[in-house]
Amino acid sequence: MRTLAICCLLSSLGAPTLAQTQADHTGHDMDPGIQFHGILDQFEARIGGGANAFRWEGQAWIGTDTDKLWFKSEGFALGKGGVEDGRHEILYNRAISTWFDVQAGVRTDLDSGTSRHWAALGVRGLLPHFFELEATAYASDNGHFAARLGLSYDVRLTQRWVLQPEIDLNVYSKTDPGRHVGSGLASLDAGVRLRYEISRKFAPYVGVTYSGRYGQTARFARQESEAATAVQVVFGIRSWF
Amino acid sequence: MASLIPRRRFIQTAGAVASFPAPVLAMPSASPTLLRGTDFALEIGTIPVNFTGQQRRATVVNGQLPAPILRWREGDTVTLAVTNRLAEPTSIHWHGIRTPSNMDGVPGLSFPGIAPGESFIYRFPVPQSGTYWYHSHSGMQEQLGLYGALIVDPRDGYVQRFDRDYVVLLSDWTDERPKTIVSNLKFQADYYNFGQRTAGDFLADTRRMGLGAAVADRLAWGEMRMAPTDILDVSGATYTYLLNGFTPAANWTALFRPGEHVRLRFINASAMSIFDVRIPGLTMTVVQADGNDVQPVPVDAFRIGTAETYDVIVTPAEDRAYAIFAQAEDRSGHAFGTLAPRVGMAAPIPPMDPRPLRTMGDMGMDHSGHGTHAVPAGPSGLGVAVDNVVSIPAERLDEPGAGLEQAERRALRYSDLRALRPGIDPRPPGRDIVLRLTGNMHRFIWGFDGRKYSEAKPIDLRLNERVRFVVINDTMMEHPIHLHGLWSELDNGQDAFRPYKHTVLVKPAERIAWLVTADLPGRWAFHCHLLYHMETGMFREVRVS
Repeated sequence: MRTLAICCLLSSLGAPTLAQTQADHTGHDMDPGIQFHGILDQFEARIGGGANAFRWEGQAWIGTDTDKLWFKSEGFALGKGGVEDGRHEILYNRAISTWFDVQAGVRTDLDSGTSRHWAALGVRGLLPHFFELEATAYASDNGHFAARLGLSYDVRLTQRWVLQPEIDLNVYSKTDPGRHVGSGLASLDAGVRLRYEISRKFAPYVGVTYSGRYGQTARFARQESEAATAVQVVFGIRSWF
Repeated sequence: MASLIPRRRFIQTAGAVASFPAPVLAMPSASPTLLRGTDFALEIGTIPVNFTGQQRRATVVNGQLPAPILRWREGDTVTLAVTNRLAEPTSIHWHGIRTPSNMDGVPGLSFPGIAPGESFIYRFPVPQSGTYWYHSHSGMQEQLGLYGALIVDPRDGYVQRFDRDYVVLLSDWTDERPKTIVSNLKFQADYYNFGQRTAGDFLADTRRMGLGAAVADRLAWGEMRMAPTDILDVSGATYTYLLNGFTPAANWTALFRPGEHVRLRFINASAMSIFDVRIPGLTMTVVQADGNDVQPVPVDAFRIGTAETYDVIVTPAEDRAYAIFAQAEDRSGHAFGTLAPRVGMAAPIPPMDPRPLRTMGDMGMDHSGHGTHAVPAGPSGLGVAVDNVVSIPAERLDEPGAGLEQAERRALRYSDLRALRPGIDPRPPGRDIVLRLTGNMHRFIWGFDGRKYSEAKPIDLRLNERVRFVVINDTMMEHPIHLHGLWSELDNGQDAFRPYKHTVLVKPAERIAWLVTADLPGRWAFHCHLLYHMETGMFREVRVS
């Protein structure tokens, strides 16, 4: 039922129906049609730096080769029971070139802080030399703008040991005290994770992360008696279907 | 072990053209059964199988994997009642047999398919002889075990002399469901590639070629976002390679007496595997390709693309076991059997050759070396479905293929294939049909001219028209291209003696051509015979009217 609803949504978004040009073909269409995938890229405990946390970052998508519905979710669950930096997106994703897709939709910041809603427009894909890129611009309902940039890279040490450096940056146009973010480069999250692919779809990992808050965002953190920057040891599971 | 059917001896005729009757097909124990004659009842159902330690269900004919060997006679009219005992539609396609189009067995083109519980009667005259095969053309059932050998004995006897006759049918078994494989490849195209270049390889290359050259090489591949280790999309990481349905450990064995001439009918019935075949210690004389006799070519090794067939004759002189060794092109695994003078013998399994690597030439970027034609860019250009456009395709008919260039072994080349008899249609082609094989490896989208089947129109041919298919491979992989119904006469420099093929293995960045006489009307399938390339778009309809 839900799949049906999503299919209807995809059609309404302009996805071509399958086998338009071979409507009389009663076999299958030599097209894999609608595929459904999801990945939990970060699902980890972060230890040290004065504040232990649990971190998740995942995406899921359903659709055809060209048109997909895309979901993203990330956030930190803190020891004291709160959730921070909760970002959730629903996007229409369209393949536009060999390596890149454009994404447009909505983002909701939903966690223990004040909620915010944004329109989102971005690009994702593979840069030369195998850098994975995700860059999104946002405009909020109260006239704020924001941008997010994510880059990651896989260093294959062996056929199953993979070292993954990764960095995420968040930039805001205006200070938002309700969410404790300041204008300019607000936060950066960088990490190096070493995973072992027991199977392609299931890989435990360990790593080190650096998270930094800057400018007004750092001052907000210090007002809450939190450190502006933290280096933490992480361990977690990367999995997908 | 069951005893062998007694060997039949032959008396060579005194005439100028010797021809030989077919020896009885020798059958070691537990090989697929042999069905001969003109009337056949085939039932498609499932059976439990266990090739890996895990029990799975295979989709098979008459309870057998591979399906029974069908043995027909040239000129006979055969009748095959195929009954579907599955819960889903099925079909059987007689690969390489020149049937009327409504007997070709492609759902949606030839007929509606065979619904669950229904039967379909195939009936057609058999106008040809040779080694062929048959398989499902529905729902990826080929991957699940629905394939078998098909032999048509020539009405006037064999040109070659041989004492023993064996089918060697190669296939790839996986415990995964085909839909899971498609899904995995869509998520991560190199999912099954466990031969990727690692940090250790970089260090080794640094020592071998120097830091500068190693870095330049990584930068060149990185710039294109391609991997030189991209050989086969689905590998021994999931596949168990079978020879006549036997795993390497089960050691299928064919018997001979030293000095006998043994005909081996190699059939690549795999879903996604290209095999390199050799029998260490024996020269193989290739006498037939895709069911058609060729001038004998002695070789030490040959590559067999998915859906191709090659008949070879070997003459083992020693009283010892010989290994029949078919390694996957990416060297991730092998099929294995034994030729032995007595049951219970096993030849040592030869070591696997080194993994081949793709080169810049495979990307169409090598401007030196082979004879080249500059060609205009494809109609699509780069895009969602196309990750590379070859600007200077290569003539590669004289190359045995990646990984087969070892000097100490003579490997078969397409340029070696010369038909035993001249072609029947001497007309020059009236026009060229230029097609580019395209793909986006990263997105796992495949097609012709940048389009998937679901986005493309049929290719129209006039009845009895003579055309040249010119195919340019923009991708970095081999594609076995199969045209149903009509012969593909490979334009390999043998002129009137072009070999007739049903499946042409097109090399990376290659420009290759074949002539087609559109002498059978109807709707025909034209596609890459790598199952998951076909399923993700590399398929066209050819319409003859």
